[in-house]
Amino acid sequence: MGSHSSPGFAHALETAGAWLLAMLWILPLLYAFWTAFHPSQYATQFTLLAPLTLQNFYNAWEAAPFSRYFFNTTVLVAMILVAQLVLCTLAAYAFARFAFRGRDVMFVLVLIQLMIMPEVLLVENYHTMSVLGILDTLPAIGLPYMASAFGIFLLRQTFKTIPKELEDAARVEGANAVQILMKVYVPLAKPVYLAFALVSVSFHWNNFLWPLVVTNSVNSRPLTVGLQVFSSVDQGIDWSIITAATIMTTAPLLIAFLLFQRQFVQSFMRAGIR
Amino acid sequence: MNAARSSRLLTSVHGWLLLLPAASLLVLFTHFPAVATFLHSFYSTPKGARKSVWVGLDNYRQMVEDPIFWKVLTNNAYFALGTIPVSIGLALLMAIWVNGKIAGKGWLRLAYFTPTVLPMIAVANIWLFFYTPQYGLFAQILNAFGMPSFNLLGSKDTVLACLIVVAIWKEAGFFMIFYLAALQQISPNLAEAASIEGASRWYFFRRITFPLLMPTTLFVLVNAIINSFRLVDHIVVMTKGGPDNASALLLYYVYEVGFKYWDSAYAAALTMVLLVLLGLLAVGQFLFLDRKIHYR
Repeated sequence: MGSHSSPGFAHALETAGAWLLAMLWILPLLYAFWTAFHPSQYATQFTLLAPLTLQNFYNAWEAAPFSRYFFNTTVLVAMILVAQLVLCTLAAYAFARFAFRGRDVMFVLVLIQLMIMPEVLLVENYHTMSVLGILDTLPAIGLPYMASAFGIFLLRQTFKTIPKELEDAARVEGANAVQILMKVYVPLAKPVYLAFALVSVSFHWNNFLWPLVVTNSVNSRPLTVGLQVFSSVDQGIDWSIITAATIMTTAPLLIAFLLFQRQFVQSFMRAGIR
Repeated sequence: MNAARSSRLLTSVHGWLLLLPAASLLVLFTHFPAVATFLHSFYSTPKGARKSVWVGLDNYRQMVEDPIFWKVLTNNAYFALGTIPVSIGLALLMAIWVNGKIAGKGWLRLAYFTPTVLPMIAVANIWLFFYTPQYGLFAQILNAFGMPSFNLLGSKDTVLACLIVVAIWKEAGFFMIFYLAALQQISPNLAEAASIEGASRWYFFRRITFPLLMPTTLFVLVNAIINSFRLVDHIVVMTKGGPDNASALLLYYVYEVGFKYWDSAYAAALTMVLLVLLGLLAVGQFLFLDRKIHYR
């Protein structure tokens, strides 16, 4: 696709622009990596021969209970995902294949959560958690997200595209509703499940404001909140250690993303088309 | 009762049973708190032995007279206006580049998309370092040109712009994905036909691609607006709303009022403003968007 006047030049200009923007986009990360992997006196001066070190990571790891934070985040993310997969599958199946009174009203009520996400209601939700007596626990962080409107919507759309004949065939063979769901719908929606799982895991690995509000001890803090406590209270302004901690806490997600880049992008794409 | 009716009843019961677990959680953590916020905004904050009492519109009166409220609302408007058009424009440009015939497409896509998978809080830490006076990258660039170092986050005039830059950087790659998905659904025959007809690329974009992408643009726009109200993580890390509330957004103010001053009644009134704004957005989306994007 060349433009009309001097296609070669225009194309070269565009390529240069695209690459310039990409460099700009990746620059903050490169800067963070530089700082994290060099002794602090090289944090802000770029000498090609500056010695590499892992000392900053070691110091960060020693300075705060990051292993506990990693554990908390992993449990939290897994707990939310499992609950979401079960709850959203059941609800989406109901919306896609069951005719019942009030279904459309209920569907609109579900979609409301797409607009009003749980963090907007953090004051009241905090109150609810304190009434339930579960403040400062992992379930308190996860509960508001477990019935995901986004997941229900995504799966409902998918289930609706599955031919009804498949369900009828299974029913003739004597399968009940739950068996039909597990043997017909769930297997056929596998790519959508993968897409939803990737989006959900990266969202909740990164979520910050609600966990910040609802936790106040090492026992329940996820990585994001732990990182914030660490970099604002414990460290003063040692940027080498802060960037090392930042990279460390993001590393699992970043590595997973680099390894499964195609799946990630396709998942986000799939999740976006509705 | 005949068989058809009882089977319909059974379907109904099954439907509701399947829906029940998700619906009860949604009611408990979305609908109930939304209604409770509305009710609590007419009561006072309980303090120690003093019970919460009906105060009518007092919280709203306090809000109208609160200069900080107006400040954060204006900030939020500027933040949205600064973030949304640029990030959507860049997203579209990125998508067209990555979808076209440019060398190293895979790498470009990777570079554009990476900020999306990083936590906002980590991103904010990195950018905080960027903006640091004397040491940060910006200060060093200024120094290299012989200009004095300047505290970008410490000045009322520049702090919001700094946060806007971070938000654009974080979101453009995310929105790019939606455009990319849409572009891949446009038949390449269209471009071929246009180039045979002698249409310039710009003409083709303006008359064909852009209109075809309209539903995506509207979808991205709605998401961008929601995000501009919802995303305040970077404020907690970078500025804490300062200096002098110059970088506080509405949700950040709710967080401050609710969890620093523990004034839950006033926080409820402020949350109502957020809910009304998001509600208006939902109505707008319903009226305009659903005409164009039909749910299959």
